Amino acid sequence: MSAREDILGRIRSALSDAPAAPPVPREYRTTSELDEEALILLLVDRLVDYKAQVSVVPAAEVPARVAELLAEARSYVVPAGLDAGWLAAVDDGTSTGRAAGAGTERRRVDAAGAPLGVAELDGIDAVVTASAVAVAETGTIILDGSPNQGRRAISLVPDHHICIVAATDIAGILPEALRRIDGIRPLTMISGPSATSDIELERVEGVHGPRRLDVIISR
Amino acid sequence: MSTFLGMPSLPVFGSGNLHAAESFPKAAHRELGNAQLRANLGHATHTIRDKRLQVVSELPDWEQLRDAGSAIKENVMARLPELLEQFEANFTARGGVIHWARDADEANAIVAGLIRDTGETEVVKVKSMATQEIGLNEYLEEQGIAAFETDLAELIVQLDHDKPSHILVPAIHKNRTQIRDIFLREMPDADPELTDSPAVLAMAARAHLRRKFLTAKVAVSGANFALADSGTLAVVESEGNGRMCLTLPETLITVMGVEKLLPGWRDLEVFMQLLPRSSTGERMNPYTSLWTGVTEGDGPRNVHLVLLDNGRSAALADEMGRSALHCIRCSACMNVCPVYERTGGHAYGSTYPGPIGAILSPLLTGIEAEENSSLPYASSLCGACYDACPVKINIPDILVHLRSKDVDSKRGTKKLPSQMDVGMKAASWALSSGKRLGLVEKGLPLGRLAAGPDKKISKLPGIAAGWTQSRDIPAPPPESFRSWWAREHGNPNDGVVPPQETATQGKEGQA
Ligand code: SF4
Repeated sequence: MSAREDILGRIRSALSDAPAAPPVPREYRTTSELDEEALILLLVDRLVDYKAQVSVVPAAEVPARVAELLAEARSYVVPAGLDAGWLAAVDDGTSTGRAAGAGTERRRVDAAGAPLGVAELDGIDAVVTASAVAVAETGTIILDGSPNQGRRAISLVPDHHICIVAATDIAGILPEALRRIDGIRPLTMISGPSATSDIELERVEGVHGPRRLDVIISR
Repeated sequence: MSTFLGMPSLPVFGSGNLHAAESFPKAAHRELGNAQLRANLGHATHTIRDKRLQVVSELPDWEQLRDAGSAIKENVMARLPELLEQFEANFTARGGVIHWARDADEANAIVAGLIRDTGETEVVKVKSMATQEIGLNEYLEEQGIAAFETDLAELIVQLDHDKPSHILVPAIHKNRTQIRDIFLREMPDADPELTDSPAVLAMAARAHLRRKFLTAKVAVSGANFALADSGTLAVVESEGNGRMCLTLPETLITVMGVEKLLPGWRDLEVFMQLLPRSSTGERMNPYTSLWTGVTEGDGPRNVHLVLLDNGRSAALADEMGRSALHCIRCSACMNVCPVYERTGGHAYGSTYPGPIGAILSPLLTGIEAEENSSLPYASSLCGACYDACPVKINIPDILVHLRSKDVDSKRGTKKLPSQMDVGMKAASWALSSGKRLGLVEKGLPLGRLAAGPDKKISKLPGIAAGWTQSRDIPAPPPESFRSWWAREHGNPNDGVVPPQETATQGKEGQA
């Protein structure tokens, strides 16, 4: 008998008393009543608690903020589908203002047909991505690999992640957020910079994932 | 729904790192002698307890979430064969490959075979209870494959050639100075000026592992959840070592117990609220990764899953004990346990320590395996674990159930009556009549003599010796209450007063 048949047989046998499958009571909260202003405030509070840096800016000021945050980065990577307008204020030397798809010396573009190598990514200082949805109550940002967020490796290897969250993408609580996304996509849920509490349970920010997380909330 | 036809077969138990090699009282006795260990543990468990309480009290619907979590898991167990088949179909349809492993040996052989097929001799690992349970690292080493643990605490334990003592914070028994010393001794690239600040130590680990992550071709992981309706797997972590392992290598091999399934996407909203708050006491853990088979252009191209039985079907066959399989390994029960807090995780022998280990290990291996029958007694039945458990596993009830299983399993195997049997017989003789009890009580002054001038008995003979191992017994009074009552209130016909008299008087006052 194959291991599969064997194990399924053992499990069926273990359930020969035919235990009932009880109905699942879902009396927990599945919606929250917060307005946009309250959602932003809550998300900022949670992110700051995780030691992420947060700025809340009008949509028109996102490019300036991105440029400011990238000031110290010698190089940065963006996914091919990133809103080119967000990079309009970044000084890329020779080809300032060109579309995100083109790439410059300072800016690397990670595209589906031409992904950057791991070693190359490791040499890049920062990454700029959009996000799919955020959860105010837990301070969580979810990336789903859409073209404006890119594949998982680009938001992982560079040490500085600049992540743009649209105010309309902020959900109050986790059930609301998860109901807005497709679970089949490769997902990363991010709540602050990487951290560990493995030594005497003292939280230390910054281990293997990006040590610096900057969130720009655009409204 | 699949129904079982035919005779139930005998349960097949698990193997691997699931055994207490010596009895719990013996191991606990040794561990208790380690004052440093107790100080480290007391500090850590109290810190995490407070954090957990705070973030749990923030949620107005915590109890509703627990109810949902408990019912979802009960559902999973009742429908396990059907859900496993559904998961398998979805995972496979999306490019993943499923392997089934009856026990630890089979799982180890499968993983080693998959690694060998890639031609690699090194793998990076994400912290996983299942691979510890089957002893994967040791097996791979024998096969000439080096497995590098990448979680900071696992790295500390691995570098120190030690064993994990907690399921969430495996190095909880070590303090910062001990950890610095381990790094200096075992990391060739460590800075000799290394301080014992946790931030500095974390950076040393980052530097040490960076190259491994960037060059690894194969990763081995566990999984926190698996969704049957989509074939999705989830890993919950903090440091980003999980993301590194799950994203950068070409081949990903995940080992997971069959009980980790959830029916579908909607259930994740329950467990992703229950788990982080119960385990690290955070509103959310820094990183959670979810993947469904192979995604073109994102992450590993070869995705494997080893589905592990290793005694889970046997645990499932125990109607009273099967809810132990609901466990999501959050560790809240050990953080609140007064026994774990003092003995630490090593005393339990098995990969699974604390209250959950005291029930899960004997359920997986059978109560008669090695010294595992001593584990259900490693509890005062105070119930703190039940209150803390996010999926409401009634650990105290299962402990009592397993104690009775232990007693049943020993019945008839002993030729000679044990000291306990003799003692119980004697007690039933003495307690069955007032006269007999009075006779026994005449022996009290003897006990006073045994106690000596300090009025303490510090060593009892036979099985009663266990009681006096860590405490003294005050000397018995010169006479019993019953004989004092008779003397003071006078009952010339009898040395003892039958209690019925007072009882009948009391009854008159009741309606
Ligand atoms: S038994 Fe409950 S409290 Fe203990 S680790 Fe498992 S889920 Fe957590």
